[in-house]
Amino acid sequence: MSDIDRFSYDVVVVGAGGSGLRAAIEARLNGKKTAIISKSLFGKAHTVMAEGGCAAAMGNVNPNDNWQVHFRDTMRGGKFLNNWRMAELHAKEAPDRVWELEAWGAVFDRTKDGKISQRNFGGHEYPRLAHVGDRTGLEMIRSLQQKVVAMQQADAAEFGDPEAMIKVYAETTITELLMEDSHPARIAGAFGYFRDTGRFVVFEAPAVVLATGGIGKTYKVTSNSWEYTGDGHALALRAGAKLLNMEFVQLHPTGMVWPPSVRGLLVTESVRGDGGVLRNSEDKRFMFNYVPDVFRAQYAETEEEADRWYDDPDHNRRPPELLPRDEVARSINSEIKAGRGSPHGGVFLDIASRRSADYILQRLPSMYHQFKELADVDITKEPMEIGPTAHYVMGGVEVDPDTGAASVPGLFAVGEVSGGMHGSNRLGGNSLSDLLVFGRRAGLGAAEYVSGLSSRPVVTDADMTADAETALQPLERAEGESPYAIHGELQVIMNDLVGLIRRESELKTALVELDKLRSRVAQVSAPGGRAYNPGWHLALDLRNMLEVAECVAQAALERQESRGGHTREDYPAMSPEWRKVNLICSLDADGDVTLKQQPMMPMRTDLLELFDVSELRKYMTDEELAGLPGAEVAEEKH
Amino acid sequence: MGYKAALRVWRGDAGTGELADYQVEVNEGEVVLDILHRLQATQASDLAIRWNCKAGKCGSCSMEINGRPRLACMTRMSVFTPDETLTITPLRTFPVIRDLVTDVSFNYAKAREIPSFTPDPAVKPGEFRMQQVDVNRSQEFRKCIECFLCQNTCHVIRDHPENEHPFAGPRFLMRIAELEMHPADTADRREIAQDDFGLGYCNITKCCTEVCPEHIKITDNALIPMKERVVGRKYDPLVWLGDKITRRTPKDTPKVPGKA
Repeated sequence: MSDIDRFSYDVVVVGAGGSGLRAAIEARLNGKKTAIISKSLFGKAHTVMAEGGCAAAMGNVNPNDNWQVHFRDTMRGGKFLNNWRMAELHAKEAPDRVWELEAWGAVFDRTKDGKISQRNFGGHEYPRLAHVGDRTGLEMIRSLQQKVVAMQQADAAEFGDPEAMIKVYAETTITELLMEDSHPARIAGAFGYFRDTGRFVVFEAPAVVLATGGIGKTYKVTSNSWEYTGDGHALALRAGAKLLNMEFVQLHPTGMVWPPSVRGLLVTESVRGDGGVLRNSEDKRFMFNYVPDVFRAQYAETEEEADRWYDDPDHNRRPPELLPRDEVARSINSEIKAGRGSPHGGVFLDIASRRSADYILQRLPSMYHQFKELADVDITKEPMEIGPTAHYVMGGVEVDPDTGAASVPGLFAVGEVSGGMHGSNRLGGNSLSDLLVFGRRAGLGAAEYVSGLSSRPVVTDADMTADAETALQPLERAEGESPYAIHGELQVIMNDLVGLIRRESELKTALVELDKLRSRVAQVSAPGGRAYNPGWHLALDLRNMLEVAECVAQAALERQESRGGHTREDYPAMSPEWRKVNLICSLDADGDVTLKQQPMMPMRTDLLELFDVSELRKYMTDEELAGLPGAEVAEEKH
Repeated sequence: MGYKAALRVWRGDAGTGELADYQVEVNEGEVVLDILHRLQATQASDLAIRWNCKAGKCGSCSMEINGRPRLACMTRMSVFTPDETLTITPLRTFPVIRDLVTDVSFNYAKAREIPSFTPDPAVKPGEFRMQQVDVNRSQEFRKCIECFLCQNTCHVIRDHPENEHPFAGPRFLMRIAELEMHPADTADRREIAQDDFGLGYCNITKCCTEVCPEHIKITDNALIPMKERVVGRKYDPLVWLGDKITRRTPKDTPKVPGKA
């Protein structure tokens, strides 16, 4: 295979967003020769779009905050479907990861006493999000990028080559993972192409960390960038790993709705954290009508109380605009359906009437800029029009919480492509902290795995030849449909039939439609050459999107309850029985998606004891609670 | 309100290329990137465009639209009249890879030559204390999305590739200013700003500021104050005399050597 470039590494990280860079940094710090593969240029990954902040219980603004409170908030936000061990590690380690980032050069906004400032966000009991205006993701990715550069500078001094130990392969796409021909099959490397030349490349490596982000581009209305084509999810499936709870897709409540070309573009939750409220066409703050029972104790019942909370959070309850995202998104949807929407099919998000122009410009500069330039709306003077937009997939590769290891030896996953941490719904701000906490852990996990090997796996020429042939097919096909057209159809199917509110009949239709697309995706044609040919790139990404879409639709059909980012019109209640069930997707021998139920591991008692039994009762079965202090007493009262 | 816009798009690669004419539908509220995507989807599936977030946050879709360096995702079609022909070309300062995509690796090489953030090793993570007023300056520069429009437009390198060696360009002179103004940084990059990164080549025409999509005041807030600091370090007669008399070794931080 002389026309394939070959490189050898200890650890290959696929994806150069927050989690990928943090994993790569950790692998390098542990002495491993590390490659970072990025579909985009270095520093452009989707993490730059994160706005609000990074949740970490540092207690800088409210000293009552600690990891236990953060853990509780995370479990409540995820409706107790979270992998509790991940939620525990996340809550405990997030502060150290934020402080470390500051030591690497991140410049966060400050409190009056010079510490890192923290802001309020949906579902977080205390101000908890470290932030930089409303461009926190950019700060995070730039800080990690600059840390990689700093390490390369040190390597240049030591080895005479900045790329001796850690190198970024920008604009490079991985199309397949390479496996050793052994039992069980181990990871042996990754196969892909350089986007600029179209030349194929093989990275031989015993450990691959998937850090490819999400699946938003399977949906028509999304806040996600073009890179979010579910590559890592699909690579993991094809390598024999399992995907967990793919039915949970978060619709962020506030995406732009007008003009059509920016429909779905994110409007940060910080608008609400900083005082913005939601109103319908009757000028009513409708969120007071939508506080669900499980959250009633924590949220204000009157506008007066809600407004007092911003200045006196210890004696008032939170405004219902700051409910977890799934609740807010569903409420907005109900208002629109009831005919109380805004002119362009959303609802109003108003901060203009509640905060001064100076305050808005200081706290929300990117939002001001975004609305001014793209919609001719001045958010210091008029309300925004917003509606739900596909934002984040909670489901992902099933991993070991402590190391990020997937079930396939040598395969690791971290960040949005991994599953479990966020349960059925992610709290805002918990993503950036997730990237840092588990990025470090996966980098360490991969390094330790490589250190423990007695032999390096080998890639086979036959696999590389097959992968190259598969990748070239769309280019070589003279006749065939356009990948752009099929992508458009896929997005409509997912948006309309596997969206915010789901029904059995529609999910079944979606599966039939997706099945029809399969043969068409296999026959797409992308004319042109191999050098920087976006039609060809999309043709290859389409296969991944389709596999992931099938997982989402199958899992959504299976789960007969409503929870977090999965709402079934035909099963509107949350069921304690279903809480004990994880849904696992994998590929069978024919390459078809199959689904099975897997019991959830019971939560450790010391973690259960962080909650009132009366609260746990809303989520769990009586057997699960048996033996807990207070369980019997509460039962009698009940 | 839809109409067909006339587009002249540069098609080609490193060797040769030419402007190709297209007619593409335009709808209300759309930006140039929407129109290029429609062109890709309907007429030219292999048209090379670099883009990512389509929200003005990643700085990938830099190109020249009617000769002006812009982000395609933040340029609304309504700034042009329907009968206007749009000429869309790749960034001129950087070598073309294909169509509208250029090789911007020059920027990443320069980034690696600047001494990184250097805090006092005695300050442990979690112990940094900085006032908002003191970090405001660095934060303004850290809004940079690395679209490289300023690098593209700066006349020092735009028409003079021979200056690429001595001159880092506005983005990276601003990076030096950002680190110099960071309250917790201990390195001194004033000498190298002038000697190795070519701050003296900048003659403050403010073209960089004018094209910055983040509206960072690159010239006024980064480059001019940096020039003043360099003067303080290199040309102040008292500093010069003090150095001579005390023979103190300057604590200037050296440039990081580039890859040979």
